Amino acid sequence: MLVRGLNMQAEENTLEKVVCEREVEIKNADGLHMRPAMQFVDIANQFECNITVSNSENSVDGKSIMQMSMLAATHGTKLKIKAEGADAQQAVNALQELVEKKHFDEPTPSEQKKR
Amino acid sequence: MKFADFVCFEAIIPELQATSRDGVIAELVSALDKAGRLGKGNREEIIKAVIKREKEASTGMGKGVAVPHEKHPAVKDVVATVGQSSAGIDFSSLDKQPVYSVILLISPVDNPDKHLQAMESIFKHLQQEKFRKFLRQSETTEEIEDLLREADGNPSL
Repeated sequence: MLVRGLNMQAEENTLEKVVCEREVEIKNADGLHMRPAMQFVDIANQFECNITVSNSENSVDGKSIMQMSMLAATHGTKLKIKAEGADAQQAVNALQELVEKKHFDEPTPSEQKKR
Repeated sequence: MKFADFVCFEAIIPELQATSRDGVIAELVSALDKAGRLGKGNREEIIKAVIKREKEASTGMGKGVAVPHEKHPAVKDVVATVGQSSAGIDFSSLDKQPVYSVILLISPVDNPDKHLQAMESIFKHLQQEKFRKFLRQSETTEEIEDLLREADGNPSL
């Protein structure tokens, strides 16, 4: 009985509960200050899944601007984004693009020097 | 970073006179200026810069608090002050509710990491309901200073 119960649970997990985890690195020179944090929260809130963001010390709600501001992620900091829910994969992709590819529409240190 | 490392206790305003967002920003910047923390002759320019930043996106994060801030060459180090309004101020906050506690932060332009560390200390406490409540209940400069110093020694406050 117990084995069957576990199997059912495992099946449920694969069907409904998608968990997606990814490490991203802060690329922009100024780091995750309030404006980037707001961009992050805006995108996170477009998804249904729960989103948790962690640094080495804290894990915070990726949909809360107050909690995201607390991470104080400087340039070069690595953050772990964990999403749980049906659209977890899409959420993590969108957030990774914002952080690493668009670097919050702000210059990286090398781009800043060229200015 | 601790509050005591960057908050100018001398410039705390336990009851703001201003009733508008821009008025509050001017009052708090002026208090830092009066305390000699902004160099000479930068007051007007800093007020304008903070208001401009605030217009781009409100720093009223909800739950009755706002953290207007700006990076400015006038300061060599991060400096902040706190103002309280019992009447509440319209800060165009995310939750559309009035703001009762304002922490104004001015950071140097060339030290983004320090700015982030100050923000971290501020939000670590602002997100705690207990801290927001105690801050709002503080009626004097001394009470606010005591609360900030207590928070420095107590991460759960």
